[in-house]
This record gives sequence, C-alpha cells and structure tokens, in this order.
Amino acid sequence: MVRQRLAAVILISSAIFAGGPSRADETIVLASTTSVENSGLLADILLKFTKETGISVRVLAQGTGQALATAAHGDADLVLVHDPEAEQNFIAEGHGVDRRQIAWNDFIVVGPRADPAHVAGSHDAVAAFKAIAAAGAPFVSRGDKSGTDALEHRLWHAAAIDPAQAGSGSWYRDIGGGMGAALNTASAMNAYTLSDRGTWLSFGNKADLAVLVEGDPKLLNRYDVILLDPQKHPEAKQQPAHRFADWLASPEGQAAIGAYKVNGEQLFHPSANAPK
Amino acid sequence: MSVSDFWAIFDAEGLGRIIALSLSVSLSATALATLFGTPFGAALAVYAVPGRRILVIAVNALLGLPPVVVGLALYLILSRSGSLGVLGLLFTPGAMVLAQALLALPIVTALVHDATADSWAEYGAALQVDGATRLQSIPHLLAIARTRLVTAVLAGFGRTISEVGAILIVGGNIAGYTRTMTTAIVLETSKGNLSLALGLGFVLIGISIAVSTTIFALSIKGGRWW
Repeated sequence: MVRQRLAAVILISSAIFAGGPSRADETIVLASTTSVENSGLLADILLKFTKETGISVRVLAQGTGQALATAAHGDADLVLVHDPEAEQNFIAEGHGVDRRQIAWNDFIVVGPRADPAHVAGSHDAVAAFKAIAAAGAPFVSRGDKSGTDALEHRLWHAAAIDPAQAGSGSWYRDIGGGMGAALNTASAMNAYTLSDRGTWLSFGNKADLAVLVEGDPKLLNRYDVILLDPQKHPEAKQQPAHRFADWLASPEGQAAIGAYKVNGEQLFHPSANAPK
Repeated sequence: MSVSDFWAIFDAEGLGRIIALSLSVSLSATALATLFGTPFGAALAVYAVPGRRILVIAVNALLGLPPVVVGLALYLILSRSGSLGVLGLLFTPGAMVLAQALLALPIVTALVHDATADSWAEYGAALQVDGATRLQSIPHLLAIARTRLVTAVLAGFGRTISEVGAILIVGGNIAGYTRTMTTAIVLETSKGNLSLALGLGFVLIGISIAVSTTIFALSIKGGRWW
C-alpha cells in the first residue's frame, strides 16, 4: 500500500516535470550579475533574442565574483559582468576570451536624506567616502566580491582609509550580501551605501534613502560580455553563446538595451556612446 | 499595493509555473527520501547488526544537516569540473530534487526508526512466535505504526517545501526553470518588493498546509485498507 502510494506520488510529480518547462530548442547558461537580472533588463531583452534565434538563455544572477567562479568551474556558457579588474584576471587565467563592452551606466552613493556626513550634491566619490568615515556615519558594504564591492574597495583605497579597521563593529557594516540586501539594510539603518543605478531605480523599498553623490567619472559602471575559452572549456556551448554575445553587441541588441525603461527612466545605455 | 496589482505581478512572474515546480520538486524529494528512508529506518529497528547504535545516533545527528552545506557539497560534485559533472545536473530541477531528498532522508529515517522500534519492542516477540522472520516482520511493523509513518513523511515534506539554502545554490533560481516559491521570496525581498515577498510567503504557507492536510486525510481514509 505504501509502495503504491509512493509510486503514485512519483508518477504525478514526473508528470508535472514533463509538462513543465522542458524545451526542445537550444539552451545556454549565462552567469551574470544581480544588477542586470533584478532590474528586469535581461528578462526584457531575452524575450527579443529568443524570439529572433530560438535560443533560450538561462540566467544565473550572482555577484560578479561568483559569476566568474561559476564560469571558471565550467558551469556557464558565457558571462555578463561588471568588474574590469576581475575580468582581466579571468581572461589572464585562460578562462575567458573576446571581452566586449555591451552597456554602461553609473554607480551612485545613496544615503539618508538627513545626510549626517554632508555629502549631498557632491560629484566626488572619494571625498564623500572620506566625509562618511570622518563622521562615523553608518555605511553598508556588500562584502561579497561583486563588481560593486570591488569598486567600493577601490574607492576606500583611493581615500587612504581601511574601513574594516577604522569602522568594523561600529559605522562600517559588511553584510556579505547582494545589492538588494545591502539596500534593504541601508534603508532599515539609515545608512549610506554604494549602488549601481539600475538596481537602485528598480528597487522597491527606498524608504528614506536618496541619491546623494553621482556624476564622478570614477563611478562609471561598464558591463562586459566574455565568452569562455574553447581550449580550457570545451564543454561550453560555443556557437549559441557566440551568437548571443554578437547579438548583444549588434544594433538590434544595443537598441533593446537602450529601450529598456523602469518608470520611464532608462537604466542602461548602449555601449556605442560609452564615455572613454 | 492593491490586490489587483498583486495578482498582476503573480501572473507576470508565472506564478503557476513557480508553484508547480515547488510542489513537484518537494514531492519528488519527499518520495525519494521515503522510498529509501522507510526500509532503512525499519531495518535499523529490527536487525541487531554491529554498529547499529552508532548508525542510529548518526541518523539522528543528521537531523540538523545544514541545507547550505548540502547545497555547496552537491554543487561541487555536480559542477562540470566535479566528479558527477558529466550528468549535467547542476542548475536543473533534478539537482534540486537530489539536494532536498538528501535533507529529508535523515528525518524520514529517524522517525521511521523511532516508530518501528517501538512496535518491534511491543510485537516483535509475538511476530517471531508466529514464525515471521525479521524481514517478514517489517511490513507488519510499518502497518502497525502507520500513523507515525505519515508523520515521518509529512516532516520530510515540511523540510523540503520550506527549504531555500540548498536549492538556491544547486538550482540557481533561473526564471522559468528553477525558480520556486522560496527562491522567488528571496528574490523579491532582494528587489525591495517586501509586500509581494510576504504575499508569496502566505501563498506558500497555504500550499504547504493544503498538501500536508491532503496527505494526512488520505492516510486516515486509507487506514481501513490495512
């Protein structure tokens, strides 16, 4: 009796699987960052790509560090990330080839409207970081080796401050989480944090937070697509991955990226007119 | 957020598919854990093999198996650079079923062992007087302890339907493919859509209660057949 019931359960669940998201067409795995996935960009442009080519793209939304590690393990077919230094290492280690910039936007420093560190309106991120540290104002750090986290550490370095030493346990709060988790924490603690603009614009729990620092050339955020080296990763699906990368860089792909808007605001700019 | 907004988002996110995947993954994992855990737990109760006490202690110790560690270990094994990478299971529903089955297995085994050990203590001698071998006794013991078996299965299901740490790592939370109720809740929370996340949470609780009640009701009704 127990056996029969078990068999029924297995049958029913395999029927659900079979009727579920099975796909006949070619499928590739894209390891990417939370900023392009959670902002809704990929869902939007992938519809167009899949319609044109029949290739389905499964997106893993991870931080840049984790996305590159996933690809280095051979578990993705290409990556779309935003940390130039980590990308160069990835290519130097022989994992990646053919890096192309396909979009850009910018990073911003968000913080409480009350602005205890008096950084609002500044266009100098390093000076703002110095002021936040000097004021001992709460600052939420991703601490997850993502592209945003890497930039944050470069900014602290430029400010000649070691935040972990200066503020760990007090104003500097390393949460080890994604951009959304950092924004949720900052909004609950009335803290400053560094965010990419795409995630910020589509974020739904802004509470008392506002954009305080923007427009510093240091805050440029470039998104690159990198294919896997066929020598090192022969298991990666080269052909459809190549096709997707080409499409992202093509006029159609670039137009799709530029056309994506949330609440009327453009989140990502096509790379053709990227600042040098 | 109004109720109609809520349902509009549900529709856009493919809620039906997310619920179907949550249920199919969790029920499959529970079924697998039951398939292996029931005979294993009963055998532990009936056979006095050397090292049995250590096995029983080990099974009970694994009740606290951390999902995130199971997920990570399975990730490394199923990765294309891992020992079972050729199966291509990573970032598929199959990997999620495997992870959750591993998490539910100690629960089902320990509870089945507990139930059948009590029955064995009470009826074992009588069964053996009737000429039943230990192996032949097992179906009788399971029948005697059937309500506690249902509890074991429900506890296993409870573990799997609510689990997120392991399936996030081995499934990847891919939209339309490996996104379940729990990983969708994590995602919506990270997007700052807290009311939607909480709404999904209530739907998940409702589904969990409905499934558990159904299993329980079926087992009581089926009790007459034993």
